[in-house]
Amino acid sequence: MITREFQSLHSDVNRRDFLKVLGGGLLVCLSPVPTIAQESGRAANRHELPTEISAWIHIDADGQVRVFTGKVEVGQNIRTSLAQAVAEELRVPFESITMVMGDTDLVPWDMGTFGSRTTPTMSPQLRKMAIAARELLVETAARRWNVDASKLIAGSGKVTSPDGKKFITYANLTRGEDLVKSVSGNPTLTPATEWKVAGTAMPKVSGRDFVTGKHEFPSDLARPGMLFGSVLRPESYNAKLDSMDTSAAEKMPGVRVVRDGDFTGVVADSAFVAHQALGAIKAKWSSPTQPSNQGLFDYLKANLEGKSDAEHQSGSVIDSFASADVKLESRYTIEYIAHTPLEPRAAVAEWNDGKLTVWTGTQRPFGVQEELMQAFKLSPKQVRVIQPDMGSGYGGKHTGEAAIEAARLARATGKPVKVVWTREEEFTWAYFRPAGLVEVKSAAHRDGILVSWEFHNYNSGPAAIGTPYEVPNQLIQFHPSKSPLRQGSYRGLAATFNHFARECQMDEMAHALKMDPLAFRLKNISDQRLKAVVQAAAEKFGWGASKSSLERGFGIACGTDKGGYVATCAEVAIDPSTQKVKVLRAVQAWECGAIINPDGLRNQVQGALVQGLGGALFERILFSNGRIENPRLSKYRVPRFSDTPQIDVVLIDRKDLPSAGAGETGIVGIAPAIGNAIFAASGTRLRHMPLTPEDNVIKS
Amino acid sequence: MSKFLLHINGKSYPIEAQDDESLLSVLRNHLSLTGTKYGCGEGQCGACTVLMDGAATRSCQIPAAAAADAKIMTIEGLEQSGRLTPVQEAFLQEGAFQCGYCTSGMIMAASALLHDNHAPTDEQIVTAMNGNVCRCGTYPRILAAIRRASSASAGGAR
Ligand code: FES
Ligand code: FES
Repeated sequence: MITREFQSLHSDVNRRDFLKVLGGGLLVCLSPVPTIAQESGRAANRHELPTEISAWIHIDADGQVRVFTGKVEVGQNIRTSLAQAVAEELRVPFESITMVMGDTDLVPWDMGTFGSRTTPTMSPQLRKMAIAARELLVETAARRWNVDASKLIAGSGKVTSPDGKKFITYANLTRGEDLVKSVSGNPTLTPATEWKVAGTAMPKVSGRDFVTGKHEFPSDLARPGMLFGSVLRPESYNAKLDSMDTSAAEKMPGVRVVRDGDFTGVVADSAFVAHQALGAIKAKWSSPTQPSNQGLFDYLKANLEGKSDAEHQSGSVIDSFASADVKLESRYTIEYIAHTPLEPRAAVAEWNDGKLTVWTGTQRPFGVQEELMQAFKLSPKQVRVIQPDMGSGYGGKHTGEAAIEAARLARATGKPVKVVWTREEEFTWAYFRPAGLVEVKSAAHRDGILVSWEFHNYNSGPAAIGTPYEVPNQLIQFHPSKSPLRQGSYRGLAATFNHFARECQMDEMAHALKMDPLAFRLKNISDQRLKAVVQAAAEKFGWGASKSSLERGFGIACGTDKGGYVATCAEVAIDPSTQKVKVLRAVQAWECGAIINPDGLRNQVQGALVQGLGGALFERILFSNGRIENPRLSKYRVPRFSDTPQIDVVLIDRKDLPSAGAGETGIVGIAPAIGNAIFAASGTRLRHMPLTPEDNVIKS
Repeated sequence: MSKFLLHINGKSYPIEAQDDESLLSVLRNHLSLTGTKYGCGEGQCGACTVLMDGAATRSCQIPAAAAADAKIMTIEGLEQSGRLTPVQEAFLQEGAFQCGYCTSGMIMAASALLHDNHAPTDEQIVTAMNGNVCRCGTYPRILAAIRRASSASAGGAR
């Protein structure tokens, strides 16, 4: 168990001492370069680790390689893909790598796992360290054999002599040694064309534990003597407690009620009793009047907050719009949606001699550590957050609510306490993907060349707000508003809505120009990478092979964000009598540079599309007066087997380009592709997400 | 509060639980059989699926006491002396998961389906599995895994 072995890593030791703690061997650390420093690597004033490093690799006397990173595994498969990258550069078998992730006592500080940053930043960092480790091993072998290091070959966990007759394993080289190296330069990475381990479809690490139920998710963990906690919630947002009677709960055997300022919770020796006790608390609240879905978009536009600088500005949108041949003005809207990770927030907290340890499902273990430090006035050394590979997050688990609640209850009772949120709590007390509206004015010459693009996004967010099309006159602006609901990160952020608005508007322009939507796009794209995915998707889909009819529609959309390029085609069937829509088929072409794991990538791209179907067609949060009205899966519809179309994913492997992340941007294409397909068939332009919230029926 | 025996994965466990405590709660919190997951508590996601006398059952929807006479099988009971079932094997082969949180429930539901129908059509698979949610959206792979397992069973690999 790594956790026990390295318990004392958190002392202020220098690198050599640090290696002693690890039991000798070889240690390579990476000193962050300034651009990386913002993301990984501890800030100078509070570094805990031997030096300012952003990650490290250790090879022990058995040749086992351990890679330490603050990134976390949430289903996006980086435990596998990062290990592939390290194995590649270190020239060791994939199996000899263990990734140690998301444990604040063991790994270097990291901002968190989001924004598709792991592959473009952490992966090259780890590869650089692996190269340094390999070089150190080769130099050590050269010294032992008294030969020129440049003649030796590293491969399969060994260093071999030029004639291939003599070899020494990494384990032999590191045994009894204290080899330390710090990397800060820019060694040449192995080009993707020469990859042997990276670039292959490696199956998920420890996949077997998932099919046997052995893997312990955060909500599965138990500690000796652990109690179960549950937390009292207000009847609505911003409600004030008027009175509370906890006597019935307190009389229940084994139950303890914990009050701490505004916080009220219960603990019991079973989760069932804890929930019963919570139900026995009688609380009276008074709630202020609050906004609801009714009038939401006007509210957002009327309640601006903060500055709205232009994200892009060129030429004059006013003049170019006024003088253009074909022009359109539209308004698009999007509702709040919930991440609904299948595993809700969960945490187990334990206090030992003033040190707090919390196991919890989060995308930001160091962020949660910070929250706990603040909540309990602790130093970083007094808080350890451990993130077991969790039941996903999709941008929804950046925060540490359950961790703080469990820690509060554990402190009050002196026992480890587990808190697992109910589905209803997860729907109500987490945060949402922002609702918003977009107003867009676009114009083109009669020949189909875009001349003017004015785009205003209210509240939803600035991600991918720019247009990838060539337009000489642009004004693109994000306007933050006061959100009536707590909102935050979500897979792809606002890229989904900005793509929806832009790609539907492009479709409208194409129809207004009497042009084929594909041809219109291609005419205005000069980015060759975008062009390549659009063409690949269209070709696979058979774009243009059949014409849309009243019962069958074809739509296309494309875009780029975070280094990923995507094009999506959709085919929908519409029942003429009921106006019910069914998505029959989708093709998604994807390119994000050199592919590290084609199987994992395919899985991500497909999964993002399926998740995107929900927000496209029917997911929405209903609320009024500070209450969520559909906080359950029976009332909040998520995509199921029967909603899933036939999906073809076309991957373009650009071995000449650095790898970008792929967890998010695959979600952006499906909503506009469906919206455009619905228009092609029915002539009804749906400008609201979700498109068909009521039973998949088209309503204009 | 009642006392009863639960027969799970071939073993009998004496249980003391309140009459309305769910089988899911007992499995997870009394018996540490945490392979069975909580996802919604209202029979909508299938993460808690177990087999009761061979039938796929939402363990969050049935009181533990009501399961006292049944033979219960959970995800932990599938593997036999290190051998996975064809369904488990197929999920591995197809990489039919991302975070893996839905996987136990999916495998239990698929096992029940294939037990009753060795060669289901895609339509039958979708109907049988539609109560199981994969939020990561791996449905096409799960479908492929069930197809693969059905041909594996048909080929006598069971
Ligand atoms: S937890 Fe039982 S169906 Fe969702
Ligand atoms: S793999 Fe994450 S919910 Fe299915």
